[in-house]
Amino acid sequence: MGQLLMGQLLAPGVSAPDFTLHVTPDQTLSLDDLRGRSVVLAFYPADWSPVCGDQMALYNQVLPEFRKYDAAVVGISVDSAWCHQAFAETRHLHFPLLADFEPKGAVASQYGAYRNGEGVCERALFVLDRDGIIFWSYRSPIAVNPGADGILDALDRLENQETSHGRT
Amino acid sequence: MAELRVPVSAADHIRGGADGRVVLVEYGDYECPYCRLAHVQVLRLGKHFGDDLTYVFRHFPLTEIHPQAGPAAEAAEFAGAHGQFWAMHDAIYAHQDQLSLLFLMDAARALGLSERSLEAALAMNTYAPKVAQDFQGGIRSGVNGTPTFFINGHRHDGPFDYQHLADAIQSVRFRH
Repeated sequence: MGQLLMGQLLAPGVSAPDFTLHVTPDQTLSLDDLRGRSVVLAFYPADWSPVCGDQMALYNQVLPEFRKYDAAVVGISVDSAWCHQAFAETRHLHFPLLADFEPKGAVASQYGAYRNGEGVCERALFVLDRDGIIFWSYRSPIAVNPGADGILDALDRLENQETSHGRT
Repeated sequence: MAELRVPVSAADHIRGGADGRVVLVEYGDYECPYCRLAHVQVLRLGKHFGDDLTYVFRHFPLTEIHPQAGPAAEAAEFAGAHGQFWAMHDAIYAHQDQLSLLFLMDAARALGLSERSLEAALAMNTYAPKVAQDFQGGIRSGVNGTPTFFINGHRHDGPFDYQHLADAIQSVRFRH
C-alpha cells in the first residue's frame, strides 16, 4: 500500500498540543486560554457545506448542553479568518471558529487530523479535560457529520471521572 | 452507527401502521427545505408500504438559522393536543414558503382551532418543553442535521430520496 492518506489521531491520555490561531482577522485564541475548562475541538473540512444542519450549525444549537458541562467548543478548519467570519455571521454561530490557514493545516497535522491529499481537515473530534489532556478522540468518515452524541457521552464520562476524583 | 435512544412511545405522533414491521422515525425542522422534500417522500412511502410502515415525526428545530421553526413546532404540538397534529404538519410543509406567525394562526383557524388559544400557548411556551425534549433526545441519538431518519432504531446515513429510503425500509421489512 502507498502512502497513507489518513494520519493517526492523537489518542486519549496525550497532552493536547498548544496552538494560537486567528479567530477573527485581528484576534487570536490559544488553547492555553481555555485551560481550566473542558474543551471540545471539532476539526471539520470546510465552511459553507450546502446543507441546513451542518456540523457547526448543529453544535451551535447544542451550545446550551455543552455549557452544562462548562465545556468550551471550538471549530477548526483551514478556511481563513475572513471566511470564518462571514460563515459565522450567516449561521449566527456563538462559538469561535479557528483558522488553521497559515501554515495551512499545521495544527490539524499535529493532531493527526489533516488530509494531505485533499488539503482539508478531517472530521475529527477531541474532548480535552481541564488540564488539557485528551480525554476522547474520534474520527468520522469525511462525508458523515458525526453529530453531538459522542461528544456529550464523553463529557458525561469526564464529569463522572472528575466527580469520583473529588473535583467539583 | 448511531442508534435511536428514545424509544417510540405514546408521547409520539404516529402515522401509518400502529405496529408496523418497520418503524421510521424522522427528526425534522418545519423551516428546513430538505425536510419539506423529505415530507413528500414520506407520504409516498406511507402509500407504498401501508400498515407495514409506522412513521414517527419528532421535532428538531434549528432555531438559530430557522427562526420560524420553533413556533411552527409548538403550533403543531398545539394542534396535536387537539387531535390535529398531522393536519397542521401537512399544512406547514405544503406552505413552507409562507411560514410565519400569521400563517400558523390562519392554519389553526382553518382546522377549527382557536387562534387565541394558539397565541396564548406560544406566548406561554406551553409546548416548548415537548419540542425541547424531542430535540435533546435527537441530539443524544446522533441526529446530525435535518432531516435525520432512523429505520428500526438505526440512523439512516444514506440519501433521503424516495428510492434510497424505500430500499432501506424494504431491506429490513421481513427481517427478524
